[in-house]
Amino acid sequence: MGYPHQPHQRETTVLSRYFGDAEARTLAGWKSRGGYQALEKALAMAPADIVNVVKESGLRGRGGAGFPTGMKWSFMKPGDGKPHYLCCNADESEPGTFKDRELMRWTPHALVEGCAIGAYAIGAETAYIYIRGEFTEPLYWMNEAVKEAYAAGIIGKNAMGTGKRIDVHVHKGAGAYICGEETALMNSLEGRRGNPRIKPPFPAVSGLFGMPTTINNVETLIAAIPILMNGADWYKKMSLSNPKSTGTKLYSVCGNIERPGTYEVVMGFPFRDFLYDVCGGPLPGRKFKAVIPGGVSVPIQTMEEAEASLMDYEGFVAQGSMLGSGGVIVIDDAQSMVAVIARIARFFAHESCAQCTQCREGTAWTTKILERIRDGQGTTEDLDTLLDIAEQMTGKTICVLSDSCATPVVSGIKKFGREFGELIQGRTYVSVIEAVA
Amino acid sequence: MIPPAVGGLESPDYASHDHTAHAPYQPVFSAGSVARKELDELIPRYPQKMAALLPALWIVQRERGWVSNEGMAEVAGLLELTPAYVKGVVTFYTMYHQHPVGKYFIQVCTTSPCGICGADDVAKAFLRHTNTGDLGVTSADGKFTVIEVECLGACGFATPVMINEEFVESVTPDKVPEILARLK
Repeated sequence: MGYPHQPHQRETTVLSRYFGDAEARTLAGWKSRGGYQALEKALAMAPADIVNVVKESGLRGRGGAGFPTGMKWSFMKPGDGKPHYLCCNADESEPGTFKDRELMRWTPHALVEGCAIGAYAIGAETAYIYIRGEFTEPLYWMNEAVKEAYAAGIIGKNAMGTGKRIDVHVHKGAGAYICGEETALMNSLEGRRGNPRIKPPFPAVSGLFGMPTTINNVETLIAAIPILMNGADWYKKMSLSNPKSTGTKLYSVCGNIERPGTYEVVMGFPFRDFLYDVCGGPLPGRKFKAVIPGGVSVPIQTMEEAEASLMDYEGFVAQGSMLGSGGVIVIDDAQSMVAVIARIARFFAHESCAQCTQCREGTAWTTKILERIRDGQGTTEDLDTLLDIAEQMTGKTICVLSDSCATPVVSGIKKFGREFGELIQGRTYVSVIEAVA
Repeated sequence: MIPPAVGGLESPDYASHDHTAHAPYQPVFSAGSVARKELDELIPRYPQKMAALLPALWIVQRERGWVSNEGMAEVAGLLELTPAYVKGVVTFYTMYHQHPVGKYFIQVCTTSPCGICGADDVAKAFLRHTNTGDLGVTSADGKFTVIEVECLGACGFATPVMINEEFVESVTPDKVPEILARLK
């Protein structure tokens, strides 16, 4: 459906190079663009050497947490006599994020290749790609790519004629945001309700089917391909900022902005230039008011913070937020922040798996209060209650969905308290929008 | 004398409790069927049979349009689970229909990023033009069911609408009549 934009001259297209190139979707097209050379190279290396290259490159998880990928892979102990598994987390559901969708739609073979490399590196013979059920088009292309790769002997019993077994299977989810949480994803894949598991044990010890498992995001696995082809140094040098954030990162940009879409820039790129130049700035006659740089789970930034941010793991933290999944949501002056935050809370209330009390009760209660304030029925005590609930919801549950709901509430009240105040003093949602506009 | 039935409370004709009145359940995975073949290929992908549960339920929904209790019981039997367990799993996920839906199942994303781009008005336009009246209700002719969905993962193409298996992107309220006209 939606076609990607022409890359902006300040983008560095490593992973997104073939977006919009329909031929790159087929095996023949992928191979003629250098596809599966990295896998061939990998299969001739010792798994530990692959892990070392990835470690050396500084690649960090692109799904949200930013854990060093090479280190994660090194937790998988070779020769422990147990089957190992690789899970690819393609349950992209963090509102604002749609980069993995583009990767799978345009370069499905890249993900097959990345999964095969990752599986081999961690001593796994089987990789499962868990794709959210709503992603019908990515599912179609991934299934096609896997079928083609099996038929060509690239994966299977005798991957690329090396005698090594690497199976890659696509598994379709069925609608649940929480299945993007790694242990919930494993439960779901096993045929259970998608409830997150208590950690420890961590997946590397007891993951999918109780066996040592590594779980990586789509973008992370695909990034291993250029790293193996061009070397760790090449990757490390693609950073404008600090040695802890290396390479390129995909950002999906949405909300009230001139050119929404998926962009790829090097780590440390100035966020101000990104928003105003690369993505075209605000819509005509409007002004940016706030940005959520990494999906709705990360703290909301004011424009002062956003404009001072460098786009990497440390840069966003230094300006009161997080890189997260790279889902940039831009909010302009025609929006009520209270309404935006209330809608975010409603999302989390809908997606809570309801295992933990703080989350089950907290997300729903938070939503109720925020919607009351939005509708002009709030009281000043409501703000205290919200902050109190948020505290109870933070750091006390099995997974971080609860924390993720509290985060925008706390940052929203702190940074945009004036808008809450205006509504509580008896003014309505519409009158605030008019006043701000 | 038996008092006359209060308006609207009499049992409709279809509300029969006589199970023999229903057509007997036809299995989805009957021997030799395409569905059975698919399931037989799926099971060895996993070290445990139970892992084929979500894929098996997807096959049931594809074949029947929804996942009935009988469908759940059939899957349970094939995967050596209990019907109650399967129901527990089905109810966790939003995409399995536990009752029949319209021929065109329309999901409008109204989560925050689309919400600030006018998604609520798109949802309202679908409700108005399909005559379904309310979210989740199927139109009288059985053609349409409209629901709001949480984040379809296509936020850059606000507002995305999923109609059965197809994504329609960058939908605005004025495009709705034209989109619906294509659905026969």
